[in-house]
Amino acid sequence: MNSKFTIMAETLKLNIQFGGGAELLFDKIKKREVELPPLKKFKPDCQSEKWTIRELLLWIKENLLREREELFLQGDSVRPGILVLINDTDWELYGELEYVLQPADTIMFISTLHGG
Amino acid sequence: MPVPCRRGCGKNAVLKRPKTGDALCKECFFWAFETEIHYTITKAELFNKGDSVAIGASGGKDSTVLAYVLKTLNQRYNYGLNLMLLSIDEGITGYRDDSLETVKQNRDDYEMPLKILSYKDLYGWTMDEIVAQIGRKNNCTFCGVFRRQALDRGAAMLGVKCIATGHNADDIAETVLMNVLRGDIARLKRCTAITTGSEGTIPRVKPLKYTYEKEIVMYAHYKKLVYFSTECVFAPNAYRGHARALLKDMEKIRPACIMDIIYSGETMSVKEEVSLPTQRTCTRCHFVSSQEVCKACVLLEGLNKGLPKLGIGKSSKAKRMLEEYNAKQAENEGTLKDAIKDLNDTSSIVARNERISGKKKSANKENNDTCNKNDCCGRSCKSNPSNVDPVTSNKKLDMLLEQFGLDDKESVKQKLNGVCDTNEDSSEVTPFNEQEEDDTCSASCGGSHIGF
Repeated sequence: MNSKFTIMAETLKLNIQFGGGAELLFDKIKKREVELPPLKKFKPDCQSEKWTIRELLLWIKENLLREREELFLQGDSVRPGILVLINDTDWELYGELEYVLQPADTIMFISTLHGG
Repeated sequence: MPVPCRRGCGKNAVLKRPKTGDALCKECFFWAFETEIHYTITKAELFNKGDSVAIGASGGKDSTVLAYVLKTLNQRYNYGLNLMLLSIDEGITGYRDDSLETVKQNRDDYEMPLKILSYKDLYGWTMDEIVAQIGRKNNCTFCGVFRRQALDRGAAMLGVKCIATGHNADDIAETVLMNVLRGDIARLKRCTAITTGSEGTIPRVKPLKYTYEKEIVMYAHYKKLVYFSTECVFAPNAYRGHARALLKDMEKIRPACIMDIIYSGETMSVKEEVSLPTQRTCTRCHFVSSQEVCKACVLLEGLNKGLPKLGIGKSSKAKRMLEEYNAKQAENEGTLKDAIKDLNDTSSIVARNERISGKKKSANKENNDTCNKNDCCGRSCKSNPSNVDPVTSNKKLDMLLEQFGLDDKESVKQKLNGVCDTNEDSSEVTPFNEQEEDDTCSASCGGSHIGF
């Protein structure tokens, strides 16, 4: 009981990185340390208590995304052509949107859509 | 819950390959990525031992990875290539000036010589200046057409055997799709070729033709290659953007579609009766063209005459604009009569040709003076065939051929002489002119590339 309470009340610290041009939509900042609030607090109607990439994208949209959100998001996921790396590994190996975030995870978004 | 590498090396996989669906570790991915490009190069015989090869380098992900991989493979498999970097400075403040710094970094990192050619030096105009004239609607036309030719010019200066460009599988699939969407059968047929270029021109090769964009980006990321990624400050091409979005959506559902679209483009056969514009050389600047006078020369003429819209749209429209312009000029000077007389006087044309061909060597900007005459030739061909004196045009050709040292005089002559008859028709039938730009623009301005 006590431990459950602790998890709920704790925040989740993550490293968020943007590259390949994706940073242009986020004040040109490539690396950030963020602290996510308890999921129930961010999204009271949420069934689960665990943050997944799906909710992280919502949080990013509301807190970090500065402009032209359609260049980053499409539907409930990232826009096709934006690669997501979870601790430097392709998110396609980790269930993509369903991946449950762990403390100190590094989530990186790399755009392939910017030319040279 | 790490996934083990598919090759059974014992390490954990870092990515899922879009092409095969395999989960591979970093080392096995590098090996597969490089080996496939090596296979593409050797299977298509893109290079010969001892060749000098210019890599079209923009500082972006594709050309950076191409330079790195070519250097690696050149050493590993003893290609014996002399690799160099060729960059084009379009003169776009805040975009290209930054990316050129990345190219310079590549030069130092990969120890390759670098040649930078600017639009300003080649054409007398920067893209910033062109945009100030034309606005932001058709600027990609100028940029794409000029870049395409600038690469040819640079390659000629460097004396290389071929130009390697960073077009990847996604780009090619996108171009196939674009050409289908536009009904551009001529380009549809050509766009999947791994080597392009007609005789007398420096061929372009695409070693990354079968390499997925995702893998290029992942490779650059894991290899920590420095590349430049930003959007062009000018508006990107909307139509291509939609094709790109469509393709990416489909790729998400079924990654193999990229290879399948390329395969479709490669194996599709075009009906005999579909007229395909042949590639030849421009009668003014002698670089590759699909028309008598290449798009770059027409665009440049428009800029220099204060008719920046010239060359946007069909060539018949350009002719009409020039006719109006020339008539006005002649009226202003009160020499309309003389001009007509001059036009019909073939001997004076020869004299002018001599004067002009001498000038051409020195500077491109001189086109300003010469275009009246060139245009008149084109017009008289159409409206009054008797005005074309075959002897005169052959003399002109001979002079140009000699001047530029082309070997295959007869075949070039035939092509050029044929132009006068068919030029007007073919330009009406094939929507050729409007499209050159799209292919090329997308490269740099946030879409993808350097042109097909």
